[in-house]
Amino acid sequence: MIQLNIQKKLKAASGEMELAINTQITQGDLVSFYGKSGAGKTTILRILAGLLKPEKGEIIVQGNTWLNTSKKINLKPQKRKVGYVFQDYSLFPNMTVKENLEFALTKNQDQKIISELIEIVELGNLRNRKPETLSGGQKQRVALARALVQKPSILMLDEPLSALDSEIRYKLQQHILQVHNEFKLTTILISHDISEILRMSDYLFELESGKIIRQGKPSELFKFQNLNAKFQFTGDLVAIEKQDFLYILTIKIGKDIVKVIADETEGTNLVIGDKILVASKAFNPIIHKIN
Amino acid sequence: MIDWGPLVLTFRLALITTFMLLLIAIPLAYWLAFSKSKIKPVIETLVSMPLVLPPTVIGFYLLVAFSPSNAFGNWLNEWFGLRLVFSFEGLLVASIIYSLPFMVHPIQAGFSNLSQSLIDVSYVLGKSKTTTLFKVLLPNIKPSLLTGIVLAFAHTVGEFGVVLMIGGNIPDKTRVASIAIYDEVEALNYGVANTYSLILFCITFAILLTVFLINGGYLKQIIK
Repeated sequence: MIQLNIQKKLKAASGEMELAINTQITQGDLVSFYGKSGAGKTTILRILAGLLKPEKGEIIVQGNTWLNTSKKINLKPQKRKVGYVFQDYSLFPNMTVKENLEFALTKNQDQKIISELIEIVELGNLRNRKPETLSGGQKQRVALARALVQKPSILMLDEPLSALDSEIRYKLQQHILQVHNEFKLTTILISHDISEILRMSDYLFELESGKIIRQGKPSELFKFQNLNAKFQFTGDLVAIEKQDFLYILTIKIGKDIVKVIADETEGTNLVIGDKILVASKAFNPIIHKIN
Repeated sequence: MIDWGPLVLTFRLALITTFMLLLIAIPLAYWLAFSKSKIKPVIETLVSMPLVLPPTVIGFYLLVAFSPSNAFGNWLNEWFGLRLVFSFEGLLVASIIYSLPFMVHPIQAGFSNLSQSLIDVSYVLGKSKTTTLFKVLLPNIKPSLLTGIVLAFAHTVGEFGVVLMIGGNIPDKTRVASIAIYDEVEALNYGVANTYSLILFCITFAILLTVFLINGGYLKQIIK
C-alpha cells in the first residue's frame, strides 16, 4: 500500500497551480495516471521518487515513512529503491546496454539478474551496443530492464510508450505486463493513451490542474460498464468509407487491421484517428480448434 | 644554440598549472552548474574576471598580496615558508588564477548541457553524488574536459603580463618563453626571439589542431 498525501505549488504554463493529491495505491496493482500535459502527473512521480520535495505532505510505503514534512523526514532518492523509467529513456551514453544495466547493480548483488533481464526484454544481441545506436523501442527496453535490476517493489513509468509506433508499443506493453506480474510489482504508469490504459491498468486516476478529478476501474471510468459484451477490443480508426447506407470502418487493433460495418448513426460521428471500442455479443462466434 | 631553459620552464609551468586547475575546476564547475545558491553570480563573476581584466592588474594585486611586507604574504612566509613573489610557486598560483575561467567555463557548460534526468536516474538507482560524478557526468563531458585542459594549457603558455609583474625575469625560475622573447627583442637578438616564437607558434598550433580534430570527430572519420 502506498499512501500519498502531498501538496506542492507548481508553476505551470497557465500560471501557478496547486498540486494536491491525497490517495492510496494498492500493492500489486498497475495504476495509471491520466490527464493533460501540465496536470502534474510527472511531478507526482518525481515526488514519490524523492527527486522533488513537496511543501507539505506525507508518503508512507508499506508501513515505512518516506516523507513527512511535519516531522522533517525526507528519504533521499537513493534510499527509496524504486524503479523509474524516464520519458526520455535517459540511458547513460558512455555505457553499453550491458554496462547500463550493470551500473544499476547494488554492492554484492548477484550478476545473474542482468542476463535474466536481458532475456526478458529480448536484448541479447544488443548487449554490447551503445545507446546512440539503438532505436526508440530498444532504448525503452533497456531503460525498463535497468529500472528492474535492483528488484524494486515499485516501478514508475513516465509515458514510456508515447514516442513509439503502435506495433512496438503493443509489444512493450506485453513486456511491462510480464515484468509487473513476474516481479510482483506495484506499477505506476503515466499515459495519454486510453486504449493502453484499458488494456494494462487495474486502476486509473484522472488528473486535472493538480487534482484527482476521477478515479476507479478504467473500463468503468471510460463508461463502458453498461455494455454487456463478451468480446471487446480497442483500436484506432484508420479509414472510413461510405457505401450506400452503411459505413465500412477500418480499425487497427494491436497488430491487426479489422474491417467492421457501422450504421449511419455510428458512422457519421467518427473521424479518422478516433479511438474506438469494438464490442460484440457472443451469439454467433466462429470457433476453431487450434491445437 | 639557444637556451632551452625558458621553453622547458614554460611547459613545466603550463603542465602543473593545468593539472592543478583540473583538480580545482571540476568541483567548482560542478557547483556553478548545479547550485541554486544566491552567491553563485558573485562567484561566477570572480571566476570570469581574468577574461576581461588586464593581466597586469591581476599581477599587480598578487604582487601586493604576496609581498612579505604585507600581512598575507608575511603569514604565508612565516607559516609555510612560502615566498610567492619572484618564485616559481608564485608564478604557479598566479597562472592558476589567470587561467581559471578557461578551465571552468567549458566544464561548467559541459555539466549544464547534460540532461538532468541522467543525474536523476543515477540517484534513483541508489548511486551517491560522487559515484554519479565520476561514472556518469565526467565520462559524458570528455570533449568539454579536453577543451578545458587545452585552453588552460595554451593560455598559460601565452601569459606575459602576470608573469612579468609577479615573477620577474629570473633564469630557470621565472623566465618563461614569452618573457625571454621580449627580453631578446629588447636586446635586438631578433634571431633568438624568432626561434622561441616559432617553437611556441608550432607547438600551440599543433595542440589546438589536435583538439579540434578530436572534438570535431575528424579523427574518427579518418581512422574509419
